[in-house]
Amino acid sequence: MPSESASSVFVVRGLAKTYVMGEVSVPALQDVDLDLYSGELVVLLGPSGSGKSTLLNILGGLDRASAGEVVCDGWNLTRAGDRELTAFRREVVGFVFQFYNLIPSLTARENVAIVTEIAADPMAPHEALDLVGLGGRLDHFPAQLSGGEQQRVAIARAIAKRPRVLLCDEPTGALDSSTGVIVLQVLERINRELGTTTAVITHNAGIAAMADRVVQMSDGRIQSIRENGSRLAPSELSW
Amino acid sequence: MSALSRKLLRETWRMRGQALAIGVVIAGGVSTLIMALASLDSLTLTRDAFYRDYRFAAVFASLKRAPEPLRESVERIPGVQRVETRVVAGVNLDIPDFEDPATGVLVSLPDGRNAELNRLFLREGRLPEPGRDQEVVASQSFADAHGFHPGDGLAAIIHGRRQRLEIVGVALSPEYIYQIKPGDIFPDYARHGIFWMNRTQLANAYDMDGAFNDLVLSLTRDARTQDVIERLDLLLEPYGGLGALAREDQLSDRYLSAELEQLQGMAKLLPGIFLGVAAFLLNVVLTRLIGTQRDQIAILKAFGYTNLQVGWHYVQWVLLIVLLGLLLGTAAGIWLAQQMAELYRDFFHFPYLEFRIASRVVGIAVLVTLAAGLLGTLTALWRAVRLPPAEAMRPEPPALYRPILIERLGLERFFSQPVRMILRNLERQPLRAGLSILGIAMGCGILMVGRFQEGALDYLIQVQYGLAQRDDLSLTFVEPTSRRAVQELAALPGVDWVEPTRSIAVRLRHAHASYRTAIQGLPPDGRLRRVLDDRLRVLEIPPEGLLISEYLAEILRVRPGDRLEVDFLEGCRDRREIAVVGVVSEWTGVSAYMDLEALDRLAGEGEAISGALIDLAPGAREAVVARLKEAPRVAGVTDRLRAIQSFTDSMVEIVLSFAFVASLLAGSIAFGVVYNNARIALTERARDLATLRVLGFGLGEIAFILLGEILVLTLLAIPVGFAIGTLLIVAIVEGVSSDLYRFPLVIEPSVYAFSALVILVSTALSGVMVARRLTRLDLVAVLKTRE
Repeated sequence: MPSESASSVFVVRGLAKTYVMGEVSVPALQDVDLDLYSGELVVLLGPSGSGKSTLLNILGGLDRASAGEVVCDGWNLTRAGDRELTAFRREVVGFVFQFYNLIPSLTARENVAIVTEIAADPMAPHEALDLVGLGGRLDHFPAQLSGGEQQRVAIARAIAKRPRVLLCDEPTGALDSSTGVIVLQVLERINRELGTTTAVITHNAGIAAMADRVVQMSDGRIQSIRENGSRLAPSELSW
Repeated sequence: MSALSRKLLRETWRMRGQALAIGVVIAGGVSTLIMALASLDSLTLTRDAFYRDYRFAAVFASLKRAPEPLRESVERIPGVQRVETRVVAGVNLDIPDFEDPATGVLVSLPDGRNAELNRLFLREGRLPEPGRDQEVVASQSFADAHGFHPGDGLAAIIHGRRQRLEIVGVALSPEYIYQIKPGDIFPDYARHGIFWMNRTQLANAYDMDGAFNDLVLSLTRDARTQDVIERLDLLLEPYGGLGALAREDQLSDRYLSAELEQLQGMAKLLPGIFLGVAAFLLNVVLTRLIGTQRDQIAILKAFGYTNLQVGWHYVQWVLLIVLLGLLLGTAAGIWLAQQMAELYRDFFHFPYLEFRIASRVVGIAVLVTLAAGLLGTLTALWRAVRLPPAEAMRPEPPALYRPILIERLGLERFFSQPVRMILRNLERQPLRAGLSILGIAMGCGILMVGRFQEGALDYLIQVQYGLAQRDDLSLTFVEPTSRRAVQELAALPGVDWVEPTRSIAVRLRHAHASYRTAIQGLPPDGRLRRVLDDRLRVLEIPPEGLLISEYLAEILRVRPGDRLEVDFLEGCRDRREIAVVGVVSEWTGVSAYMDLEALDRLAGEGEAISGALIDLAPGAREAVVARLKEAPRVAGVTDRLRAIQSFTDSMVEIVLSFAFVASLLAGSIAFGVVYNNARIALTERARDLATLRVLGFGLGEIAFILLGEILVLTLLAIPVGFAIGTLLIVAIVEGVSSDLYRFPLVIEPSVYAFSALVILVSTALSGVMVARRLTRLDLVAVLKTRE
């Protein structure tokens, strides 16, 4: 729960994103104003096509806005060039994706190392894997791990560089509920122990109860922002 | 090692089959490049060193007879550095235990000393001692062919007198690096030798006391060769000078230069083809690799890897394969170059070999290969660099298919669904399909080049010795002789038929072009020596006018009907005019022909013959040859058939090994292209094929869909390959054609058949290797993976 003194990590004002496909313009995001505060866990909720992935991509510096302003910790992402966005991603954000996106030819440890090697102040790969409970499977290749384990490697990879922000796009989307709970527990623990500002995208409303705040999106707009009085532990969630 | 490097190594290892296939094609290019450049280097170095150390002359002149004091006038020509007068004579040889006719050239040495110019390199033994009239030094190729060493002997018919020659030394000379009898197509070491003996003895035998009939010069650094030659010709003309030659017109040097030029051509052509194909293969494989790793590229970029780092990662992949090819190719190239250089040393008779692989050669190979690899993959690399991270996260859009030509034409009912899949795949990526066809076709073309020589040589021999030259023996007289000699020869037991010939050295002129050759006089109804037109029809010798070879017509830029000026360099030494009445097709030399009697009239010297052609009765060869060897007026006898046989025997090995290496290289190209195509088709379509298996298709049926595409490519590539091969062969034939010899542009059907067969076998091999993987297709897993 953000205290009054908590500072904004992300400040988003008047954000819009329009995809131009031939002669048709498809607005993916319109008029989005949003602040993400230091250390909080936010869930972005909405059906598919509501614009949450587009928003996350822009927040993470993977994509550029068409209009409006996004500032993160002094980085103005709306005006950043390619080189700056790369530096931003390298230094500030960690990503977790629905399909894990591990590199199949690298072991768990190496999949983490590939990020720690270019980070300024990373933790050791095995340390990150310990944090997600995979200290015993360091030298396994992705094909030798279950889906839940692969996602935990992906989380270890995202947090190993000690990012300010952790952005997770449907992290449990490809997992069954019991495995999903384990993954969410890892995310919750990281958020709590490391104080990493965490945004989780999901279309699963059940997950919202573990967040400090819930941002409800539809049709490219923010419909509502709701604060949870208290966070539920992932194990208490009902899907 | 960084995680990214590990990824690189592991993925390359997983694709090792494809990487090796490409590496081998690169190695083909690197090895042929290094082989050609290094042998070119060592051959040039060796030649230059041998020429310099053994004072190879700069100007060569032969004449009838001049008094020795003329030498001083020659020395006074500006630009002349050193003059050596010599006596040179052609002789008939009688070699113990060798029944075939053989000829030799006797060259004088200053008594008891090595020559001043064209010095001998003594392999064995010593030079003749002063006053010993039987002692000779023999050329190494001749000595080797007969197993002669110092102490062995043979006989020569010198000016009509049989004389014993005692070999005291075996030597090499810069003048005879390529030892071929003028007018022959191939060298024949057993039947033609060079011998050096003391000037005094040789001059005595030929009535050349205080005189000479041959002259070699070296020039000062600033001399102008052409000026010296003009003055020399003027000086020698009254003494029967035949026109001096510059070094680059000297027979041995010309053959050597022709060989160097061929090497130079090879240094460009073959590596170009190989590296072009390799670049294409790298492009196809890398494009596919980047396509399947879109999400990995996205991840790397999402975590802050720069575009440059991602690009470099894939550049390293290219470099790794290029490095593999470079290592394989350099090793093979150095080995091949060494083999080649040794072959050249023995073929051309160098005393030693300056073999070295200059770092420049390897440097060129590395740079050219890197450039080809990187240029070839530029577009693929650029895609990886430019791929925006957010977009990379989405799967590759499904491939766009559309109805193909035959469907638009409404012909689809003739094709089954699998066949339509094959055709759509080909039409969807026309560039890739086109380049694949081109790559396989290149392999096919190289195969044709490899096989072409053998057939062309056979053809050349068939035409030359089956249709044109049909004599059993040809002989030349010491000097022009009366026609009575024909009757005398015809009267020899075992001789069936004799025809006279006459050859006169001339210079032919037309406008600004001129060429030194000989006019051959032939009897009008002759059947032993015939001239052919370009369709191999026998041409009648016209009663008046000159027939000239195609190549000469090109040099002089004349057509039938034009008139030529003829400077006779022998006999009357007059200038006459004559009309060209026809063009003759010939593979060797540059000749002109006319009616024997018309030639007599034109030369204005009355009836004379300089040689004769003989047709033998079966089984009479040995007796007749033995009689001719003893005949005083006969300067040389040549047994054409035996000479050809010995040559083809010795050539078979070289031609076959060349064809073998070419087949291997070309096969590797075809294999590389087909295998990579098939592997990529497999990764692209594993999901479709697995789906078909789930739907009940058999292994054979899905193999058909996968390999049918490759078979179609191969079948399309073969005719393209025939066209490329023909173009290459035309280029090679034009490249090697000179007044020394031309290659007939004849491609035997077996050349096509062989090339197509090797391509089909390579295709089948790689098809089998890929098809084996189909049995390992994991149906469930493939269907579960997301697209």
